[in-house]
Amino acid sequence: MNKVTRGSLLGIEHLQAAEILGLLKLARRMNPRKPRPLLRGKRVLLLFYEPSTRTRSSFEVAAKSMGAMTTLVLSSGSSIEKGESLLDTAYTLRAVGADVIVIRHPHAGAPLLMAQHLDIPVVNAGDGMHEHPSQALLDAYTILRHKKTLKGLRVAIVGDIYHSRVARSGIHLLSKFGAHITLCGPPEFVPETAATLQPGLHISRTAEEALHGADVIMVLRVQKERLAGMKIKLQDYIARYQMTMARLKLAKRDALVMHPGPIIRGLELTWEVADCPQSAIVEEVANGVPVRMAILAEALGKAR
Amino acid sequence: MANKSNSSSLVIKGGHLIDPAAGIDAPMDVLLKDGRVAEIAPPNQIRGGADQKFDARGLIVAPGFIDLHVHLREPGQTYKETIATGTAAAAAGGFTSVCCMPNTAPVVDSPEWVTWIQQPEREAAVNVFPIAAATQGSKGTALTDYRGLQRAGAVAVTDDGKPILDDDTMREVLGLASQINLPVIQHAENTRITENCPMNEGPTSFRLGLRGMKTVAESAIVERDVQLAQQFAGARLHVAHLSTADALKAVRRGKRHRVRVTCEVTPHHFALTDADVGDYDTNFKMNPPLRSAADREAILVALADGTVDAIATDHAPHAIHEKIMEFERAMFGITGLETAVGLAITRLHREQKIPLARIVELFTAGPARVVDLRGRGTLVRGSYADVTVFDPKKRWTFEAAKSRSKSRNTPFDGWQLTGKVVATVVGGKIVYRSE
Repeated sequence: MNKVTRGSLLGIEHLQAAEILGLLKLARRMNPRKPRPLLRGKRVLLLFYEPSTRTRSSFEVAAKSMGAMTTLVLSSGSSIEKGESLLDTAYTLRAVGADVIVIRHPHAGAPLLMAQHLDIPVVNAGDGMHEHPSQALLDAYTILRHKKTLKGLRVAIVGDIYHSRVARSGIHLLSKFGAHITLCGPPEFVPETAATLQPGLHISRTAEEALHGADVIMVLRVQKERLAGMKIKLQDYIARYQMTMARLKLAKRDALVMHPGPIIRGLELTWEVADCPQSAIVEEVANGVPVRMAILAEALGKAR
Repeated sequence: MANKSNSSSLVIKGGHLIDPAAGIDAPMDVLLKDGRVAEIAPPNQIRGGADQKFDARGLIVAPGFIDLHVHLREPGQTYKETIATGTAAAAAGGFTSVCCMPNTAPVVDSPEWVTWIQQPEREAAVNVFPIAAATQGSKGTALTDYRGLQRAGAVAVTDDGKPILDDDTMREVLGLASQINLPVIQHAENTRITENCPMNEGPTSFRLGLRGMKTVAESAIVERDVQLAQQFAGARLHVAHLSTADALKAVRRGKRHRVRVTCEVTPHHFALTDADVGDYDTNFKMNPPLRSAADREAILVALADGTVDAIATDHAPHAIHEKIMEFERAMFGITGLETAVGLAITRLHREQKIPLARIVELFTAGPARVVDLRGRGTLVRGSYADVTVFDPKKRWTFEAAKSRSKSRNTPFDGWQLTGKVVATVVGGKIVYRSE
């Protein structure tokens, strides 16, 4: 296997705790409102093979607020539609002058493959069901604005963990810092193997049990089409796992409600929960910008 | 066949002969003459000279190794492999006979293609025994002409890679094949539940965010096939590249009930587990996929206790552009001809303490029985002069770059192995000799 270029961010799994803390510390010094031209003259290529609102716009704002130039390449309307391979697209973008490539791709491992063959850093903006490291970092950043430490925090992750790259990255990150994590959902969404991702994970099949005494509740999106053909019906899922104000009361009084978005009100959470004072859902989006500024600065070696 | 009759003779002297079919495990000299075994005798007792002498002191002499499962990619996919390059790799790996799979372009579903594969123009370095498609185009509906295929030289039928799922079709295939004593080889996979699954289901697939193939996708098909085979007197079912503990149970049950079921196991399934996929290494992507440690453990037991009939490589060469890509999109399959013997001796003999004689059986008498290769898999007098000579103690490093295969898709590049092929003799001629 080829070596990956320094500064690449491909996942949380293989990061050292110190590297994560370094990025979070750097993010705290980033202020999108007071731009610093750290990345002046740099070209940030945003290569998106999948739709995205939050991640794409916040990487773009992050890059621009540090003076970088951004170019967006979408799979539709590009040579990718003509059958160009991932690596040939990567070589092309490198030749165009990209200094860093931010990639979202439907296939797990695609950013790693690219990073193994390029001499510029690659940032994973979500690959298949694998990882979404910038989301996990901004979630940790958000939690740490409300809680002193991640160590010992009781975190309930509720929903479709099997299909979720956000969940995998989040589990890796929170586990590295000693949080107590409970994964909650029906077996189709939370298979027993999910507990093998990190040591000490718990699985619960009832929302009430998972939420009891929780400091942080991470709600995941449920895609209706994924419920099709499963044993569990949509109405059953809502009845058993939807985040409601009543269920929220089982958690600690100051429990934080998080969701990577996009949220579907009325499905995985109610309208009231989405907008309740404990909800950090909008704040997460805002925090995405400084965190992604830190990621890009680190990737381009401008992190000092 | 590569071995035409020839008038030369070769004596292999000073070696230790292991011929499980003949019950021999002793120092013996072997005289090969006119493409056949002329004599086997204790050291220095063969009278008369030979044109050529091979010094086998300190080496094991065995009947030529047989690989029941290779993809030589001809006709049609010569960018991956040709019969010439694939059999050159086979010779270097100690195989004197290979059975090639019909999933080529076009599919080998006619007597004409079966004949074509065996023509001298293909320049095969070792014996090639074609396996023909069980259904036309391997589409799983209309059966092929089994009598014609058999007459042309096909040793079995299979729709490898495209398992026969439909019960009625499989019943028809077994029924027709049983009339002419033709083995049916099944790639056991319920593809209805493995769609978009690039690896085994387990902690590694979960960690990587990849959909996992369940072991039941294999074992349920094996169970069904064993039941169907039981319905026809004389039906012969061979389970290709068996990879799961549950499928082994089905095979054992079948054997206990006197069903004529046999099975093969690949070196990668006894040497590796799904954890070895690491971070999306496509050289560890094949079908059936690498399984759990428990499945591997069950396979090791079955290799030792006789449940498994043969070690087969499932040598599946692919071009670089088919492997260096996203894991989910990369082709299934790895090369295996040149590493099989080293892996078997290293992992099965040295680590698992399986006797060498049993390992030789898995490469010779076992596979010869599965597809009825008469006069092969043994060195009793009159047999074909196919011999594999190997050094069970020799340490060596496999370098993919030096492979005879056209392709390089192997997970074993750089592996240190113990046990190396020293010479491969086909029809009395040395076709490979290690430097």
